[in-house]
Amino acid sequence: MQEGMIERSHPFRQNGISLISQLQQIQQEHGWLPEPELRRLSAATGEPLIEIYRVATFYKSFSLAPRGRHRVTACCGTACHVRGSAGVTREISKLLGVKPGGTSADGRYSLETVNCLGACALAPLVVVDGEYHGNITPAGTRKLLKKITGPEAGNGAAAER
Amino acid sequence: MVNLTMNGLEIAFEKGASLLEAARFFGIEIPTLCYNEGLNPYGACRLCLVEVGAPGRSRLVSSCTYPVQPGLIVRTHSARVLKARRLLLELYLATCPSSKIIQDLASKHHVTRVRFKQKNEECILCGLCTRYCAEQMHGHAIGMVGRGAERRIGSAFNKKSEDCRLCGGCSYICPACQARCQGPDEKSAVCGACLNLAPPCLDDHDDAMCYLDPCAACEMRGER
Ligand code: FES
Ligand code: FES
Repeated sequence: MQEGMIERSHPFRQNGISLISQLQQIQQEHGWLPEPELRRLSAATGEPLIEIYRVATFYKSFSLAPRGRHRVTACCGTACHVRGSAGVTREISKLLGVKPGGTSADGRYSLETVNCLGACALAPLVVVDGEYHGNITPAGTRKLLKKITGPEAGNGAAAER
Repeated sequence: MVNLTMNGLEIAFEKGASLLEAARFFGIEIPTLCYNEGLNPYGACRLCLVEVGAPGRSRLVSSCTYPVQPGLIVRTHSARVLKARRLLLELYLATCPSSKIIQDLASKHHVTRVRFKQKNEECILCGLCTRYCAEQMHGHAIGMVGRGAERRIGSAFNKKSEDCRLCGGCSYICPACQARCQGPDEKSAVCGACLNLAPPCLDDHDDAMCYLDPCAACEMRGER
């Protein structure tokens, strides 16, 4: 593109505040993006609140609602889907008692689905508390979730960063 | 100045300008839905498509966001362009048949049928209102929220924005809020005649403010 046009099409990108990494930091701290934090970010950086909200609602990895202490992410991307992610997701959902996209009532687990984690060769993929596990079968999910469902997982304190 | 060819015509135009601006300057009419002179180009509606490049190796680009380039060959009304434009209008009719602007554009381009599943959206996500709010009013009260099929216009956290000054610019600039004239066959997506039956917006959207003047629907009800 020629000079001029880019600036005209993206007027608010000029003094970028690396919004995404700021949001990632907030999310790392709280596990989700609480409204007061985003308002504070907006006030501190001068970035309009709606812009922050727009980015926060655009990406699946940002959550605007509190999430469980243990986070399970099942990939439902094309490669994972072809290799049976639907069955895996159903099984996890049954084991944890959480619907995809939801958090259990006791705030212990949340289950999310994403559309490709970028590791398709290992499909189907499940991420448990930030740890990637490849080639998962429905039968293998129970063992996989042991770490967070078993008694030794306690109250989830061990898995908390 | 940049030299290029538009519809076989050798033209020279200011550097940094868009193909749409150049075409309009030389009196070539290109339909648009999401373009407004006072706002930054956005490239959402694709209605301003033109063909660029040598015949046989050409491609369709949105002229409102494509800069003039030296030696560029542009065709604004080729068969391919017109076909694509008509298809787009058909899709818009299927999405939002209640818009007068879309109906007018469709009839102007001889779109007389809709082969797609009929929806009745109130928004075509052209982004005019959000750009108006941000660029003209420096309000930043509304914006795009969500992604993909869930994308919509909204305010932060779905709360009434403190930044909104109730200027009403968003509804003024909206191409979808203008009620169409509904023909004898209300169900059809294509407008047929000029019988205005359904009143537009204030009845359904309490907080909206209507600046349509004259508004045929109000006149029909004898309110003005
Ligand atoms: S589709 Fe699952 S990692 Fe790409
Ligand atoms: S006017 Fe160019 S894409 Fe809408």
